[in-house]
Amino acid sequence: MDFSAILTDALRSGIGPIAAVYALAAMGLNLHFGYTGLLNFGQVGFMLVGGYGLAITVSTYDGPMWLGVLGGIACAIVLALLLGLPTLRLRADYLAITTIAAGETLRLFYRSGWAEPVTGGVFGLQRFANDFYALSPIEPGTYGVWLVRFSSRDLWVMIVGWVLVLVVGCLLALLIHSPWGRVIRSIREDEVAARSLGKNVYAYKMQSLVLGGVIGAVAGMMQAIQVQSVNPDNYDPGVTFFLYTLLVLGGAGRILGPVVGSILFWFVLSFLDSALRQAIDAEYISPDLISTSEVGAVRFALVGVALILLVAFRPQGILGSRKEMLLSGR
Amino acid sequence: MRCQRMLVPALALVLVVVPALSARAQGEEVPRGPTFAARALQALIDGVQFGVIIAITSVGLSLIFGTIHLINFAHGEFVTIGATFAFFLNVSAGGPGWHLVPAALAAVVFGALLGGAVERGIWRPLRARGTGLINMFIVTIGLSLLLRHVVLVLYGTRPASYAQYDIQSVIELGPAGITPRDLTVTLLAVLVLLGIAVLLQKTRIGTAVRAVSANRDLAEASGIDVQRVVLFVWMLGGGLAALGGVFFGLVEIVTWDMGFKLLLLMFAGVILGGLGSAYGAMVGSLVIGVVAQMSTLWFPVDLQYAWALLVLIVVLLVRPQGILGRAERVG
Repeated sequence: MDFSAILTDALRSGIGPIAAVYALAAMGLNLHFGYTGLLNFGQVGFMLVGGYGLAITVSTYDGPMWLGVLGGIACAIVLALLLGLPTLRLRADYLAITTIAAGETLRLFYRSGWAEPVTGGVFGLQRFANDFYALSPIEPGTYGVWLVRFSSRDLWVMIVGWVLVLVVGCLLALLIHSPWGRVIRSIREDEVAARSLGKNVYAYKMQSLVLGGVIGAVAGMMQAIQVQSVNPDNYDPGVTFFLYTLLVLGGAGRILGPVVGSILFWFVLSFLDSALRQAIDAEYISPDLISTSEVGAVRFALVGVALILLVAFRPQGILGSRKEMLLSGR
Repeated sequence: MRCQRMLVPALALVLVVVPALSARAQGEEVPRGPTFAARALQALIDGVQFGVIIAITSVGLSLIFGTIHLINFAHGEFVTIGATFAFFLNVSAGGPGWHLVPAALAAVVFGALLGGAVERGIWRPLRARGTGLINMFIVTIGLSLLLRHVVLVLYGTRPASYAQYDIQSVIELGPAGITPRDLTVTLLAVLVLLGIAVLLQKTRIGTAVRAVSANRDLAEASGIDVQRVVLFVWMLGGGLAALGGVFFGLVEIVTWDMGFKLLLLMFAGVILGGLGSAYGAMVGSLVIGVVAQMSTLWFPVDLQYAWALLVLIVVLLVRPQGILGRAERVG
């Protein structure tokens, strides 16, 4: 087994563009779940409208890229309002089911033959981010240290992605430590108490849902830009589950929680993937037990086990405080 | 009482509309291709069949919610596991090659044991530790990921059919048709649903389940063994989900992610009927099944599930407690 290859694979994913995209999407989710206590299980829906908002504007209607970004953000705001208006007055789990249903409904609509002239249907849309890459100041070639190397394109997406994570992180830190942040955390702790102090809980929850959704949409755009394509099947409910896993891993309700969670999540996932494949190739694991094509499935099963064990034994994650994260649903 | 008030108009609607449609369709000469009425009748039959299968799987989901207020995200996996377990017993490649009927019964037992095992092995210890409901909800997502991918490794990605009842000729029902297999599945499913209603209304354990759903603390104070009731509900839910899985695999096809695809429709049915109410889950699922199939009369087939999910969102806007649920508001 080639351990340096396994380690470099893991490192490359841990700091790569995908980790940045997931960190960003999970930061939005952290605002919903970690700070406000909203169970949004359709964060992938916000990523979808963000990515498609950009792709449709540029690819289908030949619009400029900045308009696509604004379009994606506008779609996320509309989606958050549509989801929030009926459900935010109800029990927490109604939002969970509605958001997951809405995410899946959106995916089905975007992939249907009926929407194909606009969204590309099952084929999706490609090559809409040329303007983004044209802005890159990095000369073509590969860059990196030791065996961890990235192409100039990936490096450019990575830099922009992690800068966005930094900017959004600072913004959220300021917001959370402002009076607004105190109100949303008090809603998470005791909604009735917050209401009895004269706070409009409904409005605060809505603001949180919209803001976190917009962050999710920006993450969706970065993801679409990174692969230069959007495809409906990349937006299945599993994405949201991964976001929850990395958020719980890093620590919900902590600004750095999703960042640490995302880096570790992708590091471990890629490490497992690479190690399992090599172990099968070297016949340390019998191919009858797990074949190479099943490695992906085994990886996801292990994510499930990790999620169960984390919530059962360390619900506060790596960075969280246990006292703050003893969530109890109503 | 509430349930009857809702069921009577619904039944009346079905009883009046169906003969009217079929009479109209029979009166006309069908020149080329089926008429709209014939297609509508066919979609309705398919919808009822789909609806009762969803109902069987979602009753357990709703009862579990009613007793311990946990939304079980892994319920879809119980469906898949039932269907694939029966497949292993039924299709002889590596398995014993049983006939489908004993294989299905074994799958139901297996589903019930699995439901009981997760209750004893995961949920009861977590409740004893004082884990919050939202955290338990996330644990069900982990369990769903785990079970689904274990099935994927064991079963593979290839869709398959059971060994029996695969190809059948259609029984003509006026302008529409149904295969003997589908008719049997539908009738069996209706019988099972009636059986659950009798169980809940007439037996001691059924009364205990309803008591715990209505008020857990009061039920416990009146001497009901709540842990035992919860265990029973998990086993019932697991067994029913497995049965629903076999039925769904029989009328459609067995795949590794069939339960997860069905899960959102189960949620839609459960919320539509009223979260936590067993009868609500039955009525809601029936509506979802009919909406999904009837939508194909006007809209593309690849959107049929999307309409069912949209119904869910619209219902939440208008009547969030569902058709048979109690109004309950926070904020």
